[in-house]
Amino acid sequence: MSKHTLSVLVENTPGILARIAALFSRRGFNIDSLAVGVTEHPDISRITIVVNVEDLPLEQVTKQLNKLVNVLKIVELEPGQAVQRELVLAKVRADNETRSQIIEIVQLFRAKTVDVSPEAVTIEATGSSDKLEAMLKMLEPFGIKELVQSGTIAIGRGSRSITDRSLRALDRSA
Amino acid sequence: MTEQATGSHPQPRPRPSGQQTAPAEQLTGAQSLIRSLEEVGAETVFGIPGGAIMPAYDPLMDSAKVRHILVRHEQGAGHAATGYAQATGKVGVCMATSGPGATNLVTPIADAHMDSVPLVAITGQVASKAIGTDAFQEADIVGITMPITKHNFLVTRAEDIPKTIAEAFHIASTGRPGPVLVDIAKDALQVKTTFSWPPQTDLPGYRPVTKPHAKQIREAAKLITQAKRPVLYVGGGVLKAHATAELKVLAELTRAPVTTTLMALGAFPDSHELHVGMPGMHGAVTAVTALQKADLIVALGARFDDRVTGKLDSFAPYAKIVHADIDPAEIGKNRAADVPIVGDAREVIADLVQAVQAETADGNAGEAAKNGYAAWWDLLSKWRETYPLSYDLPEDGSLAPQQVIQRIGQLAPEGTVFAAGVGQHQMWAAHFIDYEKPATWLNSGGAGTMGYAVPAAMGAKAGKPEAPVWAIDGDGCFQMTNQELTTCALNNIPIKVAVINNGALGMVRQWQNLFYDGRYSNTVLHADDTGHENTGSQVGASKAARKGTRVPDFVKLSEAMGCVALRCEDPADLDKVIAEANAINDRPVVVDFIVHEDAQVWPMVAAGTSNDEVMAARGVRPDFGDMADD
Repeated sequence: MSKHTLSVLVENTPGILARIAALFSRRGFNIDSLAVGVTEHPDISRITIVVNVEDLPLEQVTKQLNKLVNVLKIVELEPGQAVQRELVLAKVRADNETRSQIIEIVQLFRAKTVDVSPEAVTIEATGSSDKLEAMLKMLEPFGIKELVQSGTIAIGRGSRSITDRSLRALDRSA
Repeated sequence: MTEQATGSHPQPRPRPSGQQTAPAEQLTGAQSLIRSLEEVGAETVFGIPGGAIMPAYDPLMDSAKVRHILVRHEQGAGHAATGYAQATGKVGVCMATSGPGATNLVTPIADAHMDSVPLVAITGQVASKAIGTDAFQEADIVGITMPITKHNFLVTRAEDIPKTIAEAFHIASTGRPGPVLVDIAKDALQVKTTFSWPPQTDLPGYRPVTKPHAKQIREAAKLITQAKRPVLYVGGGVLKAHATAELKVLAELTRAPVTTTLMALGAFPDSHELHVGMPGMHGAVTAVTALQKADLIVALGARFDDRVTGKLDSFAPYAKIVHADIDPAEIGKNRAADVPIVGDAREVIADLVQAVQAETADGNAGEAAKNGYAAWWDLLSKWRETYPLSYDLPEDGSLAPQQVIQRIGQLAPEGTVFAAGVGQHQMWAAHFIDYEKPATWLNSGGAGTMGYAVPAAMGAKAGKPEAPVWAIDGDGCFQMTNQELTTCALNNIPIKVAVINNGALGMVRQWQNLFYDGRYSNTVLHADDTGHENTGSQVGASKAARKGTRVPDFVKLSEAMGCVALRCEDPADLDKVIAEANAINDRPVVVDFIVHEDAQVWPMVAAGTSNDEVMAARGVRPDFGDMADD
């Protein structure tokens, strides 16, 4: 099994997320993470899906996704050619003794302290999943009271945009 | 469907948005729905009204172009639309109200999805403000049918109705056909809107590829002309693409053997010398073995279904695969393809013909191809002679179901359409009736929906009134959907139904006989030996000779529904009764054929085993000799 990051451009229509999620569960594909948001074009949303599959099932995943009428385009983003980011919000137990150590770790990972109270520090961090995992490992001994993680979002490196051509298709049909 | 080789490729439909739009007029949403159905050419709609869809039924009553056939159960409407579509090649349309009306369509929609049948299902939905409140007769039919439709829509604004209907028909009928559901909120049907046709359609994410890649076609032609033991493995896609004439040209040009799947019967004449039969679990020994021993399989509009391949890892071990399908997701799904071709079967086959001719003209064809695969045909002909499809007549002189079905086929007028239910009788109808033309065989292949036959036959007859239509049904299947005979009787849809009455759920009984020591758990439909009770089960053979299911009495039941009903129990009466049924064309006819309960479907590849283990008959393992050149 290996992880693959798919960027799926979809028409921004009701139910599209349900269609995609249902397709994965029906065909027995596992989703590692999923993030949705609108693109620079208000009619197009971009869904970033990280799947854990072999190459052959991955081909099935993309082919089946392509059959969904509201799916405009699917691009697999290779780790080397793409920037991948996750967002983490973590509430870490802190007191006067540990607070400075925690803040030191936060700075090492170029994360941010977004809220401080006598018993806790809330940290915001973005980065690759490896980096965030490493940071969380360092914070764990202090006690993580609450953790929220977003799905991965990713964008290709270089000047090419994967939305360009889909936008043109959309304009033509309008 | 018509069979014509035009030599040219089918042209893509012009986009509706490119046409002249008529000036807008003021209509209700319901009126615009009916107008839209008229504009897309929906001549026949099968359905039942109810609360949420009621607004649509009012203008429907006045439509001179759309005939609505009032069925007795929504499942019947769905299968009728499917039968209509399969017999005519047009989009089948069914209509139901919200909630239970819509959920009763789920089975036929799933059925059409598995068999790629172009279907548009229109359902009423509760008013848009009530959606999500668990309102009376509310069901999330769009959510429910998401995995069993090609696409579906929820319409909450009247102005979206024409556009959505146009898109639904376009999606259902193009690319790989399939069912599309349009769920319309009641208030959208009631309010005033403007109507103009054609509407602007908007499907930027829907672009089926029909034109095959030239390089892939050349690669395929090379493999065909270099092969020693090729097989053309033909699936339902060839029928859907109206590619049967092209297929015949390709087969006769190459002289490669042709096997047609359950979904493709009629795509290539059964009587043709190059036809080796149906493949699969109950396929002809020659067809099953041809695929197993082939060095090249050219799959055309077929999907390597598990009922065809048997145990996948031992399927066709020597074969390279050319896989042509209009749905890219089918290619490589079950079996890896050496040459994948995405395209419409008609274009693919037409291109293959030219490419094979070019290869041959360039002198690139191998010896085997040049002599029409003579050595391969020596083997195939030997198997075909040694293991023909056959059956034994019962020793007690009762009717053999296979004989009944065979005689119906032989005595049927030319152009008769056959619709089968699901089970033993379906396999016998596939085996013992000859299909020479496309769209003469309708059945539920992928989903295996018992109860398909009667409503599908009704739909076929409604779409093709000039063609005789025989439903070949079992007594189990018949009890699921026979209420549509009332619909047939009252709407002048004179179908003929053969109930192959063995008093049992025959296919399950066959498996219980073979794999469960004759413990017939809940497959017995007839009363016990005293004639009074039926627990549904029995161990071992019956004590008395069985006389089919007599409760209900199918003759009385059918007569009660306005049909002519006949019964046949004696082989001596068989031809006479069939002729009598064939002679009645003004009313539906039901014939209750009381047949032997222990007849079995052979050949058979047991589930989960390799196709190498095909059994020609019980305990008869074919001997294929050595494959000298492997």
